[in-house]
Amino acid sequence: MIADLIATLLKYGVMFAVFINVAPIMVWVERRGCAYIQDRPGPNRVGPFGLFQPLADALKFMFKEDVTPILAEKPLYLLAPVLALLPAFTTMVVIPFGPDLAVAGRTIPLVVANVDTGVLLFLAISSLGVYSLVMAGYASNNKFSLLGAVRASAQLISYELPLTLAVLAVLIPTGSFRLSDVVAHQQAHLWNFIPQIIGFVVFLIASFAEANRLPFDLPEAESELVAGFHTEYGAMRFALFFQGEYSNMAALSALGVTLYFGGWSLPGIHLHGWLGAILGLVTLVAKIALCMAVFVWVRWTFPRFRYDQLMRLGWKVLLPLAILNLILVAAMTLAGWL
Amino acid sequence: METVIFFLFAALAVVSAVVVVAHRNPIYSTLSLVLTLFAVAALFVLLGAPFLGAVQILVYAGAIVVLFLFVIMLLNLQKEETAHTDLGAQLWTAGLGAVVFLGMLGLLFWRAGSPAAPALSQEHVSLQGLATMLFGDYLLPFEIVGLLLLVAVIGATVAARRPGQSGSLEEEGIYASGDEPRTDPLLSAPDPRRPSVAEPAYKPSVPKEAQP
Amino acid sequence: MSAVPISWYLLLSALLFAIGTVGALTRRNGISIFLSIELMLNAANLTLVAYARQLDQHTGQVIVFFVMAVAAAEAAVGLALFIAVYRQRRTIDVNRMNLMRW
Repeated sequence: MIADLIATLLKYGVMFAVFINVAPIMVWVERRGCAYIQDRPGPNRVGPFGLFQPLADALKFMFKEDVTPILAEKPLYLLAPVLALLPAFTTMVVIPFGPDLAVAGRTIPLVVANVDTGVLLFLAISSLGVYSLVMAGYASNNKFSLLGAVRASAQLISYELPLTLAVLAVLIPTGSFRLSDVVAHQQAHLWNFIPQIIGFVVFLIASFAEANRLPFDLPEAESELVAGFHTEYGAMRFALFFQGEYSNMAALSALGVTLYFGGWSLPGIHLHGWLGAILGLVTLVAKIALCMAVFVWVRWTFPRFRYDQLMRLGWKVLLPLAILNLILVAAMTLAGWL
Repeated sequence: METVIFFLFAALAVVSAVVVVAHRNPIYSTLSLVLTLFAVAALFVLLGAPFLGAVQILVYAGAIVVLFLFVIMLLNLQKEETAHTDLGAQLWTAGLGAVVFLGMLGLLFWRAGSPAAPALSQEHVSLQGLATMLFGDYLLPFEIVGLLLLVAVIGATVAARRPGQSGSLEEEGIYASGDEPRTDPLLSAPDPRRPSVAEPAYKPSVPKEAQP
Repeated sequence: MSAVPISWYLLLSALLFAIGTVGALTRRNGISIFLSIELMLNAANLTLVAYARQLDQHTGQVIVFFVMAVAAAEAAVGLALFIAVYRQRRTIDVNRMNLMRW
């Protein structure tokens, strides 16, 4: 009992360390990457290659004045930035990051919560992420924030459907909600993105919308809504939204690589014990990092969608595609191809 | 351990349910309902139904309640407008109802006692049993529910159409417009100083199909 | 293992249902009435799951699944109707929806 508790806490610690460091690293990657795409140097004064820029940013956030608008709905206004962190740091418990580890006569699966309803739990908790945006937008008592909140609620419901359907299609050949089974299935067969390329594309587009990233960052659309739902937030509260956005991206990337790109596994390599565990973790982090690079690349390449275009894409293109993919995968599984 | 968890979530459910009913600001009511749903989902897990717990959060808290919030913000609902009327008679009736209700509950527990639940079997928790039943014995109801959802989607789309938009209830003559002005309050504020938003002076040359 | 008798769940469910009923009867705002109804549905769901646990059967859970689907349909149609009513009368206060009253 106690040993299990310690093992779980240690595993959570590992995942927490990965996810908490995403934001500072991504701040640097995003700014340098954007500068590279726009053919300018970017931040290069603090440390070599501007590597210490995130530290400077963090210090700035800490020492800025913390303003709460007088007419804001106080409790919701204060709660919203905290909730922004909740989905990412809760959902990561179902992501497996290595093969089973045998320590002191017991087998420890390298996933924080090895529950039956793994993926379902991920989808359920990540669907709660919208509350942070809606609460922030409503509580700020600012018309731009409110518009951002209205957009966020409609957008996130619309894109959750194709996302969920794409994920469900992956589970059909696996026959289990456990993400570790999904990884095991991909070790035995092809990586899922090859047979389920339609589902993967739907998942990719929908996860951009779920993470509020360009080209779908309608809730904050800075050229029309100032900063959307977090217009009234400054200092550390703004930093929390920032951290939340990057952690959500990391969580969605982790889900994506686990579902479509073999998770922690590499084709042809079957290491066990500590070596396998470390390799698994490194592989998973490397795959997540690649996904995050794609997030940055796409953000600085595509223009923003208009709101009606966003809704049309979600309901008239992605949803039918996701259903088509579901039927195809079910048929292929019945035929025994997967 | 299980008892502590039960009381924790039971208390959370009851308190947040009271807030849902008692708070006059619909936004707080709605957010409080999320807490209730979350607590009930936790109790589902405690009762050996983790699938339903996850679905409860995914469908209820993640979609239905967000829809409520969307409508509340879209209509800009404020605190309740009318005061409660003739409280006296209602209070007496409610009191009588509560006494009868509590009496019946007490009688029930006095007569039935509280038998201990059987041990939770692995088979009961597993998704397979639920799935076999859902797609076996209950296949026809399942299909009917699917049909119901389809009908609901179509109905909701038609009912929420703007007046004047093709296929709206008004155009089909299902309900006639009353003596209210024919402007859509969601589109234009009745402010004579400003040009109406519904009829902009500048008309972009967008083809009709492109409009939402 | 199970320390919590099923009757406690039933008691909790009855409480939630009663709270929901009070809300549905006393509130004037259409949305709040809807929220109260959701509360009542959830109380019923809790009862069903509790009995499924007590009788060691899945039937209760299957019914809860259907109830959730029906609740989703109900919320979609209901909210669409409220939007339509708001367009017509600028309020969703149920006391003012008196067009069909004589």
